[in-house]
Amino acid sequence: MTISNDTAAPQRTSVPGGKKKNSLTAGQKPGWTWIAVLAGALVVAAGITALLGGGSFSWVGWLVIAAVLYVLGMYLATRVIENSRRATDGLWRNLVWAAFLLALIPLISVLWTVAANGLPTLLETPQLLWRDMQGVTGSDDIATQTEGAPLAGGFLHGLVGTLMITLLATIISVPIGLLTSIYLVEYGRGGWFSRAIVFFVDVMTGIPSIVAGLFAFAAVQLVITTFIGDGPRQLQMVKMGLSAAIALSVLMIPVVVRSTEEMLRVVPNELREASYALGVRKWRTIFKVVLPTAMSGIASGVTLSIARVTGETAPILVTAGYIATTNWNPFDGWMTALPVYIYRQLINPTAPAAADPSAERAWAAALVLIVIVMLLNLIARIVAKAFAPKKTGR
Amino acid sequence: MTDTATEPSRRTSLKGSRGGEAGDRVFSGLALTAGIVILLVLAFVAVFLLIESLPALWPEAFSDQDTIESADTFWQYVWPLMAGTLIASIIAILLATPVAVGIALYISHYAPRSIATPVGYVIDLLAAIPSVVFGAWGMTVLAGAMVPIYAWLNEYLGWIPLFGGTPTTTGRTLLTSGVVLAVMILPIITSLCREIFLQTPKLHEEAALALGATRWEMVKMTVFPFARAGIVSSIMLGLGRALGETMAVTLVLSPGIFSWSLIQSGRNATIPSEIALNFPEAFGMRQSELIAAGLMLFIITLAVNMVARWIVSRHKEFSGAN
Repeated sequence: MTISNDTAAPQRTSVPGGKKKNSLTAGQKPGWTWIAVLAGALVVAAGITALLGGGSFSWVGWLVIAAVLYVLGMYLATRVIENSRRATDGLWRNLVWAAFLLALIPLISVLWTVAANGLPTLLETPQLLWRDMQGVTGSDDIATQTEGAPLAGGFLHGLVGTLMITLLATIISVPIGLLTSIYLVEYGRGGWFSRAIVFFVDVMTGIPSIVAGLFAFAAVQLVITTFIGDGPRQLQMVKMGLSAAIALSVLMIPVVVRSTEEMLRVVPNELREASYALGVRKWRTIFKVVLPTAMSGIASGVTLSIARVTGETAPILVTAGYIATTNWNPFDGWMTALPVYIYRQLINPTAPAAADPSAERAWAAALVLIVIVMLLNLIARIVAKAFAPKKTGR
Repeated sequence: MTDTATEPSRRTSLKGSRGGEAGDRVFSGLALTAGIVILLVLAFVAVFLLIESLPALWPEAFSDQDTIESADTFWQYVWPLMAGTLIASIIAILLATPVAVGIALYISHYAPRSIATPVGYVIDLLAAIPSVVFGAWGMTVLAGAMVPIYAWLNEYLGWIPLFGGTPTTTGRTLLTSGVVLAVMILPIITSLCREIFLQTPKLHEEAALALGATRWEMVKMTVFPFARAGIVSSIMLGLGRALGETMAVTLVLSPGIFSWSLIQSGRNATIPSEIALNFPEAFGMRQSELIAAGLMLFIITLAVNMVARWIVSRHKEFSGAN
């Protein structure tokens, strides 16, 4: 009761001095307050930055101090003009905004760095896309850096490696993931076994990618030493595209299972029941009714999982080795994936004395990798949107 | 009586149309097998890692050497790595959590819908960037930008051990790695928190607003109590990701011995970066050491993830949201 009286009161108070004022906005700070506070904060921050920085004026410092002053200033202004509750509300509103703006900084910085470093190189020497590193030695890079010779080498082998490894991983994980989610939705019916699968699939999502790589390496090594032999040549065989694909499957299966499961659950039960009522077998119902209905969602989930493993570096680094030539065969010989190529070019430049050409190649490759991953994400979204089944009336 | 006479014939006619029975059995068997395969894979991860790391864990029994290569015992070798991994991840969590919760709130309760959807896309974009690109960015851009900050921290807060020692001139320290990790786990925590915040019962929110609460008071009184368990579990899932993140740390950090100082180069290392740096050239005992270190990482992340999932599942049952 008292609350309603209190809140109603300000509406009726007329402003002293006879000046007419909107009773609804009485007791609120005027609309231009934030402009005044912002201007004040910018000016004061400029002064503080100039004093602290001595001779040099730091733009970043200026903006940071101005932001802090603005948030504090708005709090104080609201507290004085309105009340402390509204001031706290405004303070948190500003902090939430600040969190959002803060997160934009690294995103823009990353994208800008990759584009600014990679795009000029890629435009200047598009040959990078269809050449590998065969025959490229340190002297080529030294020539590029000191005499301005054109950039040697390329990352075709990285593109091929990523393509083959990802393809193989998809072939392994999509059937397993799909069948598991079908079991969970159509056969498991919330029993203890399906609950255990759900739990461990969730746990599997959290396996560190490098541990997945170590697992694939250990598994393949165990198989090869047991069945083929443990000579140095056999041990060399452990590192191949297939090992990397197994490692990526460990990361990919849980993503496929979870997204497919969600999509299958969305399929309305009436469709299944209609099919059963016509005497259709369960497995044919699943094949002809359930899967086609959920197909767009499944396709988009699979595409997203491919996008996720395309960018993985660590598991491929420990399982597929690193070579300079293009290798199309994932069952024999080392392979280079694009992310591993970027990492190796940055960490061990082709010419340690002249690291710039290697860095240029790495950034160009990074740009290509980001474009591939973004395209896959985009395709997944488009597929999900364009082919989504119509919603049921419920 | 006549029923029993007709029964067999009816059965056979039905049986005749039962052409798909085999298909049914095969298909349900296949589906079950796939589920079993997943459980087996997870078990195999643990078993294979254990088998391959036995020589390092117990050199007297499983190898022809008395000690491992890098130290006297495995624990001496692995504890600085574990400490480094934990410190980097904790830095990442401390930095990422407030920002992530803020953004999640921004999307769920502050921004108008026309802004919230694109912001969600932007956060997903951040999640899609490959880790090696984050590492390259941290190495070339962020490390350089952090150098003056480290100098400042050392000058004014140098009496705290964390900021003691000689500050780096390259910026490639554990703290920089932690910042990169924070950026990388930000989208994970954000999207999980956003989902939980959106589940807050609308009636609770409207009741709070109807009682005259400001928006912040509404958030504090209805959203946070409802989402507390969810926030904790999303932080733990982010922690699990940060613990296992490899490339960002490997590219950013210049590794070395353990030190409490976070702003020195050539100090500290994490388990994933140690493996990534040394595994390609390792063989024999060194390989076992690294796989054993990976096993430790697997156990830690498994524990963290299981606790997080357990909190989520417990929360689900009692919240009434689903």
